[in-house]
Amino acid sequence: MKTIEEIKQAIETKFGVQISIENNSLLIPKEKWPEIASFLKTDPEYSFDYLSSVTGTDYKDYLEVVYHLYSMGRECGPLVIKIRTDRNAAQIPSVVSIWRSAEFQEREAYDLLGIHFEGHPDLRRIFMWEGFVGHPLRKDYVTEDQDRKI
Amino acid sequence: MNCPYLQNMDQQSTLDTQRLEVSLGPQHPSTHGVFQMDVVLDGEQVIRLKPVMGYLHRNHEKLMENMSWLACMPYTDRLDYFCALANNFSYALAVEKLAGIEVPERAQYLRVIMAELTRLINHIVLVGFLLNDLGAFFTPVLYAFREREKLLDLFEDVTGSRMMCNYFRFGGVKRDVPPDFILRVREIVNQFPKFLDELEELLTHNEILLSRCQNVGILPKALAVNAGITGPVLRASGIPYDIRKIDKYSIYGRFKFRVPVGEAGDVYDRYYVRILEMRESLQILEQAINEIPDGEVISKAGAQAAKMPRTLKVPKGDAYGRTEAPKGELGFYLVSDGSGKPYRYHVRAPSFINLTVLEDMCIGQKVADVIIILGSIDIVLGEVDR
Repeated sequence: MKTIEEIKQAIETKFGVQISIENNSLLIPKEKWPEIASFLKTDPEYSFDYLSSVTGTDYKDYLEVVYHLYSMGRECGPLVIKIRTDRNAAQIPSVVSIWRSAEFQEREAYDLLGIHFEGHPDLRRIFMWEGFVGHPLRKDYVTEDQDRKI
Repeated sequence: MNCPYLQNMDQQSTLDTQRLEVSLGPQHPSTHGVFQMDVVLDGEQVIRLKPVMGYLHRNHEKLMENMSWLACMPYTDRLDYFCALANNFSYALAVEKLAGIEVPERAQYLRVIMAELTRLINHIVLVGFLLNDLGAFFTPVLYAFREREKLLDLFEDVTGSRMMCNYFRFGGVKRDVPPDFILRVREIVNQFPKFLDELEELLTHNEILLSRCQNVGILPKALAVNAGITGPVLRASGIPYDIRKIDKYSIYGRFKFRVPVGEAGDVYDRYYVRILEMRESLQILEQAINEIPDGEVISKAGAQAAKMPRTLKVPKGDAYGRTEAPKGELGFYLVSDGSGKPYRYHVRAPSFINLTVLEDMCIGQKVADVIIILGSIDIVLGEVDR
């Protein structure tokens, strides 16, 4: 597998974006993400055909979505991609059309963290019920007090 | 409407068919828990299917954010409650990766032995329940449970619990095995193939099983990769992707074993790949019990952390640890902020993601086949809903 530096260089020259490396992962601006994703999947030098995991983290100042990419054909990976977004208007382009495995995982991240994946074919809550208010995995979510007297 | 069956009906007869919406589950024995499928039927054929989940959701990931790193371990048992030890393994690997804890040799071997025994349990129970879904009520399950019981007795003697084992610690395992352990594993390694032969004699070439399972619920190769399907379901579609071979985590690089793959990617292949995988697991077990060295079962740092869990400080950062659990790739994505608790704890659950293609496999099939297609994916709702 190419080193993370080489992948960074290749993406930067091809798409003209600024990418930084943080703890062995690529920090990518969200605007170009679908193009970069389909490049990483289809380019024979990388062919990351398997999107293993999609999830998010609430860092209080911003939300971060993490993608773990592997290549089944070339048997290498992971390539870790991180995308940051604003907490109040959390929007990130969906990659379901590129990797189907994102379908349920993006729904899960939407349900529990409130990240809107633009272009997802069926963005509904998946674990919590329709009509539930809030997103439990956000750090400012107030958990119901189990011991309260009714 | 593009359904050819319907167009024929219009030309040939005056019988009208009506679309029927059926809600399969959540309270139904064939759903293996509380899982619901909203199915649209045209006669007997499925034309749409939407899985509905979350009935067993307890926000596992949020709960773990208030626990110390070690206190999460027993909760991982409850994800896929058939394979507690496989879950422990994956979580321990992820934390060890993050904290940089070494694992002594003997513990590595014990971990592999436990993980492979768990695989035997999972696959044998799955085969039993698949036959249940096919209508062979409880006879195969009973034989499967008889064999499982022997393994569970072994687990009870080693870990103190039959199902919720909580046996792994960071840097090793909780305690050493009893003196007769190796002997008993050897007995299982010798006995189990005979049981498998017996089972195969009844099932593998069974005409009813063949006609119900072959060419049902076909999952094409390309879709399987694209949808992130892992484990026996992926391998049944013909892709030899086994994380034990790819990552060689723990000490899997030392063992000789083959990765069985299917051809058609139908329910029958998924059944047969599991039978073959059990035989390979027995190969690994045999090599492991022959090579297992004496020595410590937990490293110094690990023992310290096991005694005083709150003293375990995990450096800032994030890590993703994955293993080949019996159902597929089980991954843990962990973020540490340097305190004694996980800042973020995410489970990449294989049976949850394998459900992505349920609709694709079921469209055009009969409603009775939906039950066995779901059975052949092998889901456990503790893990799907988390």
